[in-house]
Amino acid sequence: MSGASALRRPAAVFAALGDETRLAVLTRLSQGEPQSIARLTHGTALTRQALTKHLRVLEGVGVVRSTRLGRARMFALEPQPLAEARDYLARVSQQWDDALARLKSFVED
Amino acid sequence: MTDRIEKSIEIKAPVSRVWRALTDHREFGHWFRVRLDGPFVAGQVARGRMTYPGYEHVTWTAVVQKIEPERLFSFSWHPYAIDPKEDYSAEPQTLIEFTLEKTATGTLLRLVESGFDQLPEKRRFDAFRMNERGWGQQMENIARHVAGAP
Repeated sequence: MSGASALRRPAAVFAALGDETRLAVLTRLSQGEPQSIARLTHGTALTRQALTKHLRVLEGVGVVRSTRLGRARMFALEPQPLAEARDYLARVSQQWDDALARLKSFVED
Repeated sequence: MTDRIEKSIEIKAPVSRVWRALTDHREFGHWFRVRLDGPFVAGQVARGRMTYPGYEHVTWTAVVQKIEPERLFSFSWHPYAIDPKEDYSAEPQTLIEFTLEKTATGTLLRLVESGFDQLPEKRRFDAFRMNERGWGQQMENIARHVAGAP
Protein backbone atom coordinates (compact mmCIF):
# COMPACT_ATOMS: atom_id res chain seq x y z
CA MET A 1 0.00 0.00 0.00
CA SER A 2 1.19 3.56 -0.48
CA GLY A 3 0.94 5.19 2.89
CA ALA A 4 -0.30 8.71 2.31
CA SER A 5 -2.93 7.96 -0.28
CA ALA A 6 -4.06 5.00 1.77
CA LEU A 7 -4.68 7.35 4.64
CA ARG A 8 -6.06 10.23 2.64
CA ARG A 9 -9.08 8.38 1.43
CA PRO A 10 -10.24 6.83 4.70
CA ALA A 11 -9.62 10.14 6.46
CA ALA A 12 -11.73 11.97 3.88
CA VAL A 13 -14.44 9.36 4.29
CA PHE A 14 -14.34 9.75 8.08
CA ALA A 15 -14.53 13.52 7.71
CA ALA A 16 -17.47 13.37 5.32
CA LEU A 17 -19.34 11.06 7.65
CA GLY A 18 -18.83 13.26 10.71
CA ASP A 19 -22.24 14.79 10.15
CA GLU A 20 -25.57 13.39 11.28
CA THR A 21 -27.48 14.43 8.19
CA ARG A 22 -25.03 12.77 5.85
CA LEU A 23 -25.02 9.64 7.97
CA ALA A 24 -28.81 9.59 7.83
CA VAL A 25 -28.73 9.99 4.04
CA LEU A 26 -26.22 7.18 3.76
CA THR A 27 -28.28 4.93 5.98
CA ARG A 28 -31.31 5.53 3.76
CA LEU A 29 -29.28 4.78 0.66
CA SER A 30 -27.91 1.63 2.21
CA GLN A 31 -31.37 0.15 2.35
CA GLY A 32 -31.86 -0.51 -1.30
CA GLU A 33 -31.98 0.75 -4.85
CA PRO A 34 -30.90 4.20 -6.12
CA GLN A 35 -33.11 7.06 -4.99
CA SER A 36 -33.99 10.47 -6.35
CA ILE A 37 -33.56 13.72 -4.44
CA ALA A 38 -37.34 14.01 -4.15
CA ARG A 39 -37.55 10.62 -2.53
CA LEU A 40 -34.59 11.28 -0.24
CA THR A 41 -36.08 14.53 1.07
CA HIS A 42 -39.50 12.97 1.52
CA GLY A 43 -40.49 12.86 5.17
CA THR A 44 -37.47 14.92 6.28
CA ALA A 45 -37.02 18.60 7.12
CA LEU A 46 -34.27 18.87 4.51
CA THR A 47 -34.61 21.23 1.59
CA ARG A 48 -33.63 20.08 -1.83
CA GLN A 49 -30.70 22.52 -1.81
CA ALA A 50 -29.41 21.31 1.54
CA LEU A 51 -29.63 17.69 0.52
CA THR A 52 -27.88 18.40 -2.79
CA LYS A 53 -25.01 19.94 -0.87
CA HIS A 54 -24.68 16.91 1.39
CA LEU A 55 -24.89 14.52 -1.54
CA ARG A 56 -22.11 16.45 -3.25
CA VAL A 57 -19.86 15.94 -0.22
CA LEU A 58 -20.65 12.23 -0.14
CA GLU A 59 -20.05 11.95 -3.88
CA GLY A 60 -16.78 13.85 -3.45
CA VAL A 61 -15.32 11.12 -1.25
CA GLY A 62 -16.80 8.37 -3.40
CA VAL A 63 -19.31 6.85 -1.01
CA VAL A 64 -22.25 7.92 -3.17
CA ARG A 65 -22.55 7.65 -6.92
CA SER A 66 -25.18 9.28 -9.10
CA THR A 67 -26.65 8.34 -12.44
CA ARG A 68 -29.23 9.96 -14.69
CA LEU A 69 -32.57 8.32 -15.16
CA GLY A 70 -34.53 10.40 -17.62
CA ARG A 71 -34.64 13.87 -16.09
CA ALA A 72 -33.96 12.71 -12.55
CA ARG A 73 -30.61 12.09 -10.95
CA MET A 74 -30.52 8.91 -8.95
CA PHE A 75 -28.18 8.43 -6.01
CA ALA A 76 -26.78 5.13 -4.80
CA LEU A 77 -24.44 3.95 -2.09
CA GLU A 78 -20.92 2.99 -3.15
CA PRO A 79 -19.76 0.52 -0.48
CA GLN A 80 -16.11 0.17 -1.53
CA PRO A 81 -14.65 3.33 0.12
CA LEU A 82 -16.54 2.51 3.32
CA ALA A 83 -15.05 -0.96 3.30
CA GLU A 84 -11.57 0.50 2.66
CA ALA A 85 -11.90 2.94 5.55
CA ARG A 86 -12.98 0.08 7.77
CA ASP A 87 -10.07 -2.10 6.60
CA TYR A 88 -7.62 0.70 7.19
CA LEU A 89 -8.75 1.08 10.80
CA ALA A 90 -8.63 -2.67 11.22
CA ARG A 91 -4.98 -2.72 10.13
CA VAL A 92 -3.99 0.07 12.53
CA SER A 93 -5.98 -1.67 15.23
CA GLN A 94 -4.18 -4.97 14.60
CA GLN A 95 -0.81 -3.23 14.88
CA TRP A 96 -1.79 -1.95 18.30
CA ASP A 97 -2.91 -5.40 19.39
CA ASP A 98 0.51 -6.74 18.44
CA ALA A 99 2.41 -3.87 20.07
CA LEU A 100 0.44 -4.10 23.32
CA ALA A 101 0.94 -7.85 23.45
CA ARG A 102 4.69 -7.28 23.13
CA LEU A 103 4.54 -4.64 25.86
CA LYS A 104 2.67 -7.02 28.15
CA SER A 105 5.14 -9.85 27.76
CA PHE A 106 8.07 -7.40 28.01
CA VAL A 107 6.84 -6.11 31.37
CA GLU A 108 5.57 -9.40 32.80
CA ASP A 109 8.60 -11.52 31.94
CA MET B 1 -16.41 1.07 12.56
CA THR B 2 -15.48 4.30 14.26
CA ASP B 3 -13.04 7.19 13.86
CA ARG B 4 -11.02 6.06 16.84
CA ILE B 5 -9.28 2.99 18.11
CA GLU B 6 -9.62 1.98 21.74
CA LYS B 7 -7.79 -0.82 23.48
CA SER B 8 -7.29 -1.89 27.02
CA ILE B 9 -5.03 -4.51 28.43
CA GLU B 10 -4.50 -5.88 31.92
CA ILE B 11 -0.84 -6.17 32.84
CA LYS B 12 0.37 -8.10 35.87
CA ALA B 13 2.90 -5.52 37.01
CA PRO B 14 2.77 -2.37 39.12
CA VAL B 15 1.83 0.95 37.52
CA SER B 16 5.36 2.24 38.02
CA ARG B 17 6.77 -0.66 36.00
CA VAL B 18 4.33 -0.18 33.12
CA TRP B 19 4.96 3.56 33.20
CA ARG B 20 8.69 2.99 32.75
CA ALA B 21 8.10 0.58 29.86
CA LEU B 22 5.98 3.26 28.18
CA THR B 23 8.03 6.38 28.76
CA ASP B 24 11.65 5.29 28.98
CA HIS B 25 12.69 5.65 25.35
CA ARG B 26 14.85 2.52 25.41
CA GLU B 27 12.14 0.38 26.96
CA PHE B 28 9.50 1.84 24.66
CA GLY B 29 11.75 1.11 21.72
CA HIS B 30 12.18 -2.48 22.80
CA TRP B 31 8.54 -3.52 22.59
CA PHE B 32 7.45 -0.93 20.04
CA ARG B 33 10.35 -1.88 17.82
CA VAL B 34 11.92 1.48 17.21
CA ARG B 35 15.41 2.73 18.10
CA LEU B 36 14.92 6.26 19.43
CA ASP B 37 17.58 8.97 19.36
CA GLY B 38 16.81 10.29 22.84
CA PRO B 39 14.34 10.49 25.74
CA PHE B 40 10.72 11.59 25.40
CA VAL B 41 10.22 15.26 26.29
CA ALA B 42 6.76 16.86 26.34
CA GLY B 43 6.31 19.26 23.46
CA GLN B 44 9.25 17.89 21.51
CA VAL B 45 9.67 15.66 18.52
CA ALA B 46 10.84 12.11 19.20
CA ARG B 47 12.72 10.52 16.35
CA GLY B 48 14.16 7.14 15.61
CA ARG B 49 14.35 4.20 13.27
CA MET B 50 11.99 1.31 13.14
CA THR B 51 13.51 -2.00 14.12
CA TYR B 52 10.46 -3.96 13.00
CA PRO B 53 11.72 -6.63 10.58
CA GLY B 54 11.32 -5.38 7.05
CA TYR B 55 10.81 -1.75 8.10
CA GLU B 56 14.34 -0.91 9.27
CA HIS B 57 14.66 1.78 6.59
CA VAL B 58 11.70 3.71 7.97
CA THR B 59 12.18 6.80 10.14
CA TRP B 60 9.80 7.00 13.06
CA THR B 61 8.69 10.39 14.37
CA ALA B 62 6.13 11.52 16.90
CA VAL B 63 5.42 14.72 18.80
CA VAL B 64 5.27 14.08 22.52
CA GLN B 65 2.21 15.81 23.95
CA LYS B 66 1.80 15.01 27.63
CA ILE B 67 3.83 13.18 30.24
CA GLU B 68 1.87 13.04 33.50
CA PRO B 69 3.78 10.57 35.66
CA GLU B 70 2.15 7.18 36.11
CA ARG B 71 -1.12 8.46 34.68
CA LEU B 72 -0.99 9.72 31.10
CA PHE B 73 1.46 9.57 28.22
CA SER B 74 0.41 10.97 24.87
CA PHE B 75 1.92 11.73 21.49
CA SER B 76 0.75 12.55 18.01
CA TRP B 77 2.02 11.04 14.79
CA HIS B 78 1.23 10.12 11.24
CA PRO B 79 -0.33 6.70 11.50
CA TYR B 80 0.87 3.99 9.18
CA ALA B 81 3.55 6.28 7.75
CA ILE B 82 5.67 3.45 6.42
CA ASP B 83 6.59 4.52 2.91
CA PRO B 84 9.92 6.45 3.00
CA LYS B 85 9.19 7.93 -0.43
CA GLU B 86 6.03 9.62 0.79
CA ASP B 87 6.01 13.02 2.45
CA TYR B 88 3.55 12.78 5.29
CA SER B 89 4.13 16.25 6.71
CA ALA B 90 0.94 17.65 5.22
CA GLU B 91 -1.12 14.69 6.36
CA PRO B 92 -3.31 14.73 9.45
CA GLN B 93 -1.89 13.47 12.68
CA THR B 94 -3.66 11.22 15.08
CA LEU B 95 -3.34 11.42 18.85
CA ILE B 96 -2.26 8.42 20.89
CA GLU B 97 -3.10 8.46 24.58
CA PHE B 98 -1.96 5.86 27.06
CA THR B 99 -3.60 6.00 30.48
CA LEU B 100 -2.73 3.81 33.44
CA GLU B 101 -4.87 2.69 36.30
CA LYS B 102 -3.97 0.58 39.32
CA THR B 103 -5.96 -2.62 39.71
CA ALA B 104 -6.00 -5.43 42.28
CA THR B 105 -3.67 -7.52 40.15
CA GLY B 106 -1.53 -4.87 38.52
CA THR B 107 -2.24 -2.23 35.91
CA LEU B 108 -5.01 -1.53 33.48
CA LEU B 109 -3.50 0.14 30.44
CA ARG B 110 -5.83 1.96 28.08
CA LEU B 111 -4.92 3.15 24.63
CA VAL B 112 -6.92 5.53 22.47
CA GLU B 113 -5.87 6.61 19.01
CA SER B 114 -8.14 9.36 17.72
CA GLY B 115 -8.33 11.95 14.99
CA PHE B 116 -8.62 9.81 11.88
CA ASP B 117 -11.09 12.37 10.56
CA GLN B 118 -8.74 15.33 11.03
CA LEU B 119 -7.98 15.97 7.42
CA PRO B 120 -7.26 19.39 5.94
CA GLU B 121 -10.09 18.65 3.52
CA LYS B 122 -12.47 18.80 6.39
CA ARG B 123 -12.35 22.59 6.22
CA ARG B 124 -14.36 22.27 3.06
CA PHE B 125 -17.09 20.57 4.97
CA ASP B 126 -18.55 23.58 6.70
CA ALA B 127 -21.27 21.45 8.16
CA PHE B 128 -18.69 19.25 9.79
CA ARG B 129 -19.02 18.67 13.47
CA MET B 130 -18.48 15.68 15.59
CA ASN B 131 -21.60 13.90 16.53
CA GLU B 132 -21.66 14.30 20.28
CA ARG B 133 -22.41 10.73 21.09
CA GLY B 134 -19.92 9.55 18.48
CA TRP B 135 -20.93 8.09 15.21
CA GLY B 136 -19.34 4.73 15.81
CA GLN B 137 -22.64 2.99 16.30
CA GLN B 138 -24.15 4.48 13.19
CA MET B 139 -21.11 3.44 11.21
CA GLU B 140 -21.50 -0.06 12.59
CA ASN B 141 -25.00 -0.07 11.20
CA ILE B 142 -23.83 1.05 7.80
CA ALA B 143 -20.94 -1.40 7.86
CA ARG B 144 -23.40 -4.17 8.60
CA HIS B 145 -25.54 -3.08 5.69
CA VAL B 146 -22.63 -3.14 3.28
CA ALA B 147 -21.03 -6.24 4.75
CA GLY B 148 -22.83 -8.32 2.15
CA ALA B 149 -20.59 -6.71 -0.49
CA PRO B 150 -17.12 -6.84 1.03
